[in-house]
Amino acid sequence: MSANDVLVDFDEVVASYDPALGLEVHVELSTATKMFCGCPTTFGGEPNTQVCPTCLGLPGAMPVVNGKAVEAAIRIGLALNCEIAEWCRFARKNYFYPDMPKNFQTSQYDEPIAFEGYLDVDVDGETFRVDIERAHMEEDTGKSTHVGGATGRIHGAEYSLVDYNRAGIPLIEIVTKPIVGAGEKAPAVARAYVAQLRDLIVALGVSDARMDQGSIRADVNLSLAPKGSGVLGTRTETKNVNSLRSVERAVRFEMSRHAGVLNAGEKVFQETRHFHEADGTTSSGRAKSDAEDYRYFPEPDLVPVAPSREWVEELRATLPENPAQKRARLQAEWGYSDLEMRDTVGAGALELVEATVAAGAAPQAARKWWLSEMARRANDAGVELSSVGVSPAQVAEVQRLVDAKTINDKLARQVFDGLVAGEGTPEEIVAARGLAVVSDDGALSAAVDKAIADNPDVAEKIRGGKVAAAGALIGAVMKEMRGQADAGRVRELIIEKLS
Amino acid sequence: MSELIRKSAAELADALAAGETTSVALTQAHLDRIAAVDGDADAGVHAFLHVDADGALAQAAASDERRSAGNALHPLDGVPIAVKDVLTTTGLPTTCGSKILEGWVPPYDATVVRRIKDAGLPILGKTNMDEFAMGSSTEHSAYGPTRNPWDQTRIPGGSGGGSAAAVAAFEAPLALGTDTGGSIRQPGAVTGTVGVKPTYGGISRYGLVAMANSLDQVGPVTRTVLDSALLHELIGGHDPLDSTSVDAPVGDLVGAARQGAAGDLSGVRVGVVTELSGEGWQPGVMARFSETVELLTKAGAEVVEVSCPNFVHALAAYYLLMPAEASSNLAKFDAMRYGLRVTPEGSPSAEDVMKATRDAGFGDEVKRRIIIGTYALSSGYYDAYYGQAQKVRTLISRDFAAAYDKVDVLVSPTAPTTAFPLGEKLDDPLAMYLNDLATIPANLAGVPGISVPAGLAEEDGLPVGFQILAPALADDRLYRVGAAVEAAVTSAQGGPLLDRLPEVLA
Repeated sequence: MSANDVLVDFDEVVASYDPALGLEVHVELSTATKMFCGCPTTFGGEPNTQVCPTCLGLPGAMPVVNGKAVEAAIRIGLALNCEIAEWCRFARKNYFYPDMPKNFQTSQYDEPIAFEGYLDVDVDGETFRVDIERAHMEEDTGKSTHVGGATGRIHGAEYSLVDYNRAGIPLIEIVTKPIVGAGEKAPAVARAYVAQLRDLIVALGVSDARMDQGSIRADVNLSLAPKGSGVLGTRTETKNVNSLRSVERAVRFEMSRHAGVLNAGEKVFQETRHFHEADGTTSSGRAKSDAEDYRYFPEPDLVPVAPSREWVEELRATLPENPAQKRARLQAEWGYSDLEMRDTVGAGALELVEATVAAGAAPQAARKWWLSEMARRANDAGVELSSVGVSPAQVAEVQRLVDAKTINDKLARQVFDGLVAGEGTPEEIVAARGLAVVSDDGALSAAVDKAIADNPDVAEKIRGGKVAAAGALIGAVMKEMRGQADAGRVRELIIEKLS
Repeated sequence: MSELIRKSAAELADALAAGETTSVALTQAHLDRIAAVDGDADAGVHAFLHVDADGALAQAAASDERRSAGNALHPLDGVPIAVKDVLTTTGLPTTCGSKILEGWVPPYDATVVRRIKDAGLPILGKTNMDEFAMGSSTEHSAYGPTRNPWDQTRIPGGSGGGSAAAVAAFEAPLALGTDTGGSIRQPGAVTGTVGVKPTYGGISRYGLVAMANSLDQVGPVTRTVLDSALLHELIGGHDPLDSTSVDAPVGDLVGAARQGAAGDLSGVRVGVVTELSGEGWQPGVMARFSETVELLTKAGAEVVEVSCPNFVHALAAYYLLMPAEASSNLAKFDAMRYGLRVTPEGSPSAEDVMKATRDAGFGDEVKRRIIIGTYALSSGYYDAYYGQAQKVRTLISRDFAAAYDKVDVLVSPTAPTTAFPLGEKLDDPLAMYLNDLATIPANLAGVPGISVPAGLAEEDGLPVGFQILAPALADDRLYRVGAAVEAAVTSAQGGPLLDRLPEVLA
């Protein structure tokens, strides 16, 4: 943001203006090889080790289309309810940039592989249909690192390094039609769209879908128009917004900034903007005028892509259940409230809970373990929920032991410690650590007698009818039994003895 | 002059097979000839930009070893070859006749280069060409022109003047060329050699530094039709690295050439293209052409006149499509990864370096075509230029299809004139472009064509080329009819045309 940006309070923005969103999401495919050559696509290799004449754009080298990438593109298109082109071509998008080996990007222009689809997204229990204009195939560029400047951007840098390992990695760009009518929910709709698109991509298994590694990158277009006018205003395009939270913030910030410009009677400048994670603001990039001319023309080194209808139908049969439908089905099956479901999805625990339930645990118990105990462990260790060292099957097994009253919830936590430490199965850990609840009334009875003797005042209160005071004695007994007692049974014994 | 170098590649292959000579001996003989006549930018034929004597002799020695062990890789194993400098070669510079690639040694071989290496042909060196294959005279080479061995004050054709002149001057028995609008056939015509542009997709373009990808094609440059057939069969066929290459067998081209050489063309229908003659065509060229058509009739062919009305628009369409593709292809020459780098004073940005390098590294003709192509693709002009040109291209393909309903092959003079004097058309690009009038339609339609010597023009004593065009994938017809023309012309004139080549001076 610049000093002259006037930001309007969000409530005022939506009172006066209708926002229109447009999202362009780039998905890096997880094919084994690049879009047009046989180089590996592994992330994180030594710079410029995963290159060949084709992806370096050496004179004379030629591209060959990666069939697996076409397959992934078609499956994404089908999952987004798109039409699949019967015949389409690649095109050259011509512009000069040092990390573009050929100084043109091989992309698709007016003949995308998939077009005219939609994705239904859930926002606060309401379904919002986002129309998809197109999904097309293209190649990624190399990656520039600008060294010596304060900002990490090219201006002010002493020199730049280019890594072409990324050059030629297959990308699918998914472009929405203008999303209008979202009003105050525009930031949430943008976020939900990207989130659900990501879930879909994960379910399809075509990409790592890691926003933090750039395998999903979103460009956020936004414009405002006077409320009820039904027109589209001048848009800005905020590039490379790389987390769900950032998508939401970028929309919110641009709405406030646009409103400031429009309220002052000025015109929004059509441009690309940079998003700043640190403070959630955007700043001016380059002007995106009509003068920008990519001189697209069909790529003459590639033959057209003409997927047969039979192949398209075969691929349609491989589609996983749509994530939104799947969520609705699971919520009904599990009997979760909307809030419980939202928390489960939000914690990234849906698949883990699903697997735990499949392994025999009750849905509520499964949710409880993943959203409390496991979430705490993941948070402490700074890892993903799926990486805490306890599997859904193990959670289900521990819960089975709890249900059988072999252990209680508190002891279960120690079993999880054992599992993380690799001490064996839950049953083995219970045995090895001596964690089983003591159900021998003889030992328990002795412990209760001792507690009563040690706390005569409390015992007197209970005798006098203050049953609630039993808690103090239960605590003493549990301490004596080192936690290995069924608290319910202890309570029964205390009341028996003091009545 | 060693007698070895006057032999055709087929004869050299036979001599090697019979143990009458060795690859080292004939490679050395050609290297000696190059040393004697090739000269440099200022004098001599100057067909070569780079001669690899050590490499060629090492490959020749290896070939001789294989042959003596009975392990020859191919009939042409040991027969040396020259390669146009637009094809990538590991270990040898590949400049495309441009300063911007001066000294660049590619890390990979073009597929056709890989195939000739795998067959054991020693590579004599890289031949001169118009910069990035843009020209019809080889005068646009950044390293100085090639001179026509028939008359060193004249052009050897272009862009592949180096390959054609090398073969005509007996510096190499075989060469590889590339043909985007006539760059193999027109040099063949003006140097009295044979040049073939195969069907588009018939030969891999992987490693051919593209001028216009949808038009470019690699092909043989030789002194006889049979030699072209041998080389074509060797380099042709599908290549998984070039998705535009046709997945079909290359066919029995050598068989077709041998059949044609027998001289019987009974049942072959030949169409003379009406639009490729008339005003502006040199009388001596037309005279040799008409005589050759008569020879075809005598050989039993049925000759008719065929009109291809849209051919008159071919040149205009070509000079939009070719620069459009070229403007994009040449964008990669930006000093970032290879080739020339010019760094302006001060603290220049990457963009400044790109500008300065491209300004210094590209010649005028290249810049002209980049500008034309950039304009033709620009928003607002695309439909009027690139779009219209594509429509013309379709019409030309339809003209060919209609013609081939009536005839088996089409014929015309290869070029409107014989070799013109060096410098004559350098300042008149349009006059230069007109030289490709007869050759361009085949590139636009992707059909194959051959130029075969038809004798010398009366008025200047310089070679005239006879062009034969066939339908796509019917390259065998070029060889059958081409070999018949070669046999008839040779017989009518009492020997091969190149027997009359004057002494070549360095």
